[in-house]
Amino acid sequence: MAQPSSRRSGFSKKQQYSVFTGYLLATLGAVLGLALLALSLWQPAALQPLRGGANDVSATIGEAPATARAGGNNTWDTISAYWQAGSQNADLRREVEVARIRLAEAQAVEAENRRLKALLGLAEENVEPIVYSRLVGSSASSARRFAYLGVGTNAGVGIGMPVHSERGVIGRVLETSRASSRVLLLTDSESVLPVRRASDQTVAFAEGRGDGLLRIRLINLGLNPLEIGDVFVTSGAGGYYRPGVAVAVLSEITSDGGIAQLIAEPSATNYVVVEPVHETLAVEASGVRDGAALSDAGLGEGPVNTPEDASSDGSSGD
Amino acid sequence: MIDRLAPPSQRRAYGSGGINRVTSPWRANIVPYASILIGSLIPFWVMTDVMPLAPPIGFIIFLSWRLMRPGLLPLWVGVPLGAFDDLFSGQPFGSAILLWSITMIGIELVETRFPWRGFWQDWFTAGLIIIVYIFASMFTSGATITPYMIIATVPQLLIAVLIYPLFARMVAWLDRFRLSRSRRIG
Repeated sequence: MAQPSSRRSGFSKKQQYSVFTGYLLATLGAVLGLALLALSLWQPAALQPLRGGANDVSATIGEAPATARAGGNNTWDTISAYWQAGSQNADLRREVEVARIRLAEAQAVEAENRRLKALLGLAEENVEPIVYSRLVGSSASSARRFAYLGVGTNAGVGIGMPVHSERGVIGRVLETSRASSRVLLLTDSESVLPVRRASDQTVAFAEGRGDGLLRIRLINLGLNPLEIGDVFVTSGAGGYYRPGVAVAVLSEITSDGGIAQLIAEPSATNYVVVEPVHETLAVEASGVRDGAALSDAGLGEGPVNTPEDASSDGSSGD
Repeated sequence: MIDRLAPPSQRRAYGSGGINRVTSPWRANIVPYASILIGSLIPFWVMTDVMPLAPPIGFIIFLSWRLMRPGLLPLWVGVPLGAFDDLFSGQPFGSAILLWSITMIGIELVETRFPWRGFWQDWFTAGLIIIVYIFASMFTSGATITPYMIIATVPQLLIAVLIYPLFARMVAWLDRFRLSRSRRIG
């Protein structure tokens, strides 16, 4: 279809001026957008109240899709479980046998730990979660990987607090508003998390690649000791996360570490837990100011300490 | 297109509904904007943790309206609509304001050179604009661009380009709804 003739300005001065004004306003709008973009890349916290207010509303509505999603996951799981019931049953039986043995071993280790801690006079620490919530939304069309929680500062959620599911680490609170908060997921390309191998004290960084996998970068370079299937847990370095929470499983080996897959996938979780920052002192000492100044750029450096710090923390972690 | 001077009253466009019915001005003005705003909201509620998968629905609806009804949306409309999209898309604020405004100006400039269009040409134009838009918003997102990220965008690109005709049909239906004679006079 050709454009209507009314949009051609012709000799009419009025039409010509209105076309010109349209172009002028649109150009000014583009310039305004560029300025705002520069401002929000430079100072991410500057425009946060605006977005926070809007997200409060959409997060409230998002509770309904979140509930539906949980139900949908369950239905699909049930159907696929029927499909492979027989072979799965045999596998599970075998796994349960092994797990029972491992459980007994773990109980022994736990008892020994308790005894040793009592000897050292360490207090048993129990992490009280701040709040339980659902992930109500995500930045599904953006290149960044954010998720949104349906709770905010009125439930005690603060910037920097780790978010866990029942399987492991999901991410970290990046922004809060009254009734919603934005979580930086581990798969975001700006996310860096200090981890260690669960079986020993090999410390590494887990960096998001932006395509759903994590890049495990070893701190002590040299002979790569990793093997496919190694499980990585948080090392507790940096002070945000408590040590020993599952993060990822190694699926591929590279020269300086490997590529790992997430253990706790945010889209498959039902409820998540917001936990308090593990070591507030350590976070303050690392130079990231608590509060609004936690920027995207600061995240890269925030939880990351020097390798010496990380390894010393890792060795005292377990 | 040559318009008739006096179209026959019995077979008017946008529904008959009797001679005392006219298009409701409220409906005619609200429907395009409401559909774009709802489209901006939808990806917020989709849960994707692994890679960007949801097409930028607000932008696609915006594009469909622009291509189907040139002149309906004013040239500066990228500012308010883009600002709303920025609130929910997870992009830094200002990214959609910039890109949507540039889109409006770009289409307007090209359209004066190629006034005649058809379905396939519209799809081609929209597909090209959507691909450029997704890559541009990747650059404005503040993320460190890795080759993996670009590979991970391919499914989103495909979905967004292939879904365009669907949204074009939906917008065509909304346009008929928008102009249907629902207001009773006299």
